[in-house]
Amino acid sequence: MTDTDKPLIEIRDLDYARGRKQIFKDLNICIDRGHVTAIMGPSGTGKTTLLRLITRQLVPDRGHVLVDGVDIATLNERELFGLRKRFGMLFQNGALLTDLSVFENVAFPLREHTKLTNRLIRHIVLTKLHAVGLRGAADMMPSELSGGMARRVALARAMVMDPEILIYDEPFVGLDPISMGVIVRLVRRMNDALGISSIIVSHDVQEVSTVADQSYLISGGKVVASGSPDELHNTSSELVRQFMHGMADGPVAFHYAAPNYAEQLLGRDAD
Amino acid sequence: MFREIWYTFLEFLRTFGALQLFFLQLLRSIPIVFVRRFRLIVHQVYNAGALSLVIVMTCGLFVGGVLGLQGHSNLARFNAEDSVGTFAAFSLLKELGPVVTALLFAGRAGTSLASEIGLMRATDQLSAMEMMATNPVRRVLVPRFLGGVIAMPMLAAVFSCVGLFGAHLVGVNLLGVDAGAFWQQIQATIGPEDVWEGIIKSFVFGIVASLLAVWEGYNAIPTAAGVGRATTRTVVITAICVLILDFMITAVAINFGD
Repeated sequence: MTDTDKPLIEIRDLDYARGRKQIFKDLNICIDRGHVTAIMGPSGTGKTTLLRLITRQLVPDRGHVLVDGVDIATLNERELFGLRKRFGMLFQNGALLTDLSVFENVAFPLREHTKLTNRLIRHIVLTKLHAVGLRGAADMMPSELSGGMARRVALARAMVMDPEILIYDEPFVGLDPISMGVIVRLVRRMNDALGISSIIVSHDVQEVSTVADQSYLISGGKVVASGSPDELHNTSSELVRQFMHGMADGPVAFHYAAPNYAEQLLGRDAD
Repeated sequence: MFREIWYTFLEFLRTFGALQLFFLQLLRSIPIVFVRRFRLIVHQVYNAGALSLVIVMTCGLFVGGVLGLQGHSNLARFNAEDSVGTFAAFSLLKELGPVVTALLFAGRAGTSLASEIGLMRATDQLSAMEMMATNPVRRVLVPRFLGGVIAMPMLAAVFSCVGLFGAHLVGVNLLGVDAGAFWQQIQATIGPEDVWEGIIKSFVFGIVASLLAVWEGYNAIPTAAGVGRATTRTVVITAICVLILDFMITAVAINFGD
């Protein structure tokens, strides 16, 4: 099933609603093998939800998510877990297991799914921790880490099983400029050196532009623009320009729907 | 109004049904967890059991002491203060041991289970496990459930023993009941069926308390307020269920006794 012409992940005509709120409507996305694909969009457009749909933590109301041409909705639990072993996922807040040390957190997937000796596990874990610059923090507990450090440990954990597909949920939020630069380069390097595919969900336009091969901009439950970062930057679409250049005024309202400002301040809306 | 009651009733049935399915799901995973993750179970028995020992023993000692005082002063009216041992032993083995231990367990271990699991959900740890192809039901829930179920009867036994010691301390050492009479009366009246009743009760309460704690935690709304609410509900619902079940088991046991 490693037909390189076929897209790695394909999302077809996907609908998803949470309660009464329609989050996606007729969503179509293609994620190519060996590329860094960025999914961008304003807050609240359901970017994280999309990742959960891709990994079947959620099931779409309509439409399909195909991985290697197989609809993941048809997999049974064993097959699904088999598929998930090919994924590495970095959660927004790290999602480290708080009762395990940094070392054990990174070792967790290895201990769960392999029969490697302790020596070998130690070797692998220390290598991965070294890559994110936290080899010295191996014996610390997650509660002792700063937010940025926790994210880097989580990244080491996401790549410890050498996955084919790495998924990053907002990887650049809350990192200091140094870690940010390291992580950005790491994402790109891992993608090219190990021949994996990466999916980045983010609203950090600048950082994403430097690593992504292909970007999708989602708004209002649909893909409103796609292409390379340069194409998006030079687009004529107002909405895309507003997002890419961080302008307050444009098709996407900065203000959540509200009654007239002056009227409300004067208390007239209460009548 | 009737409509609301009807909907509340339907909602109750739905939750109750979901709880039973959840229970079955836990039961189904028990064998594999026993074989593959025995260490986690031991760890949870330590967490739920050993760490509750101090509170259980302290309470047991004082409950036993109160039984000694009350038993002695009331039985003295009938010149039967020698029976204070029997009185304390019956109360502890059949009722107070299992029930009070279950309530203490809900307060000490149940709340910590519920909030721990609720926070794991709130911080995406359960999702992270799923993404690492690990079933959180087997890795997190079943070991904690089993830990509680195994720890509970042992805690109840410890409670009863320490309680009896407390009753002895007050009855014999303080109020001067003859030690021989104290023990001899217990030996003559308490049979294995009384001990069994206590064991069965504490076992059932262990299942109920652990199940509710794990369930509330797992289904907690993943916010600070949601986890807090789940913790409170754990204690309240466990207490209600334990007391109702205690009545039912006692009624059955007394009928069988005749």
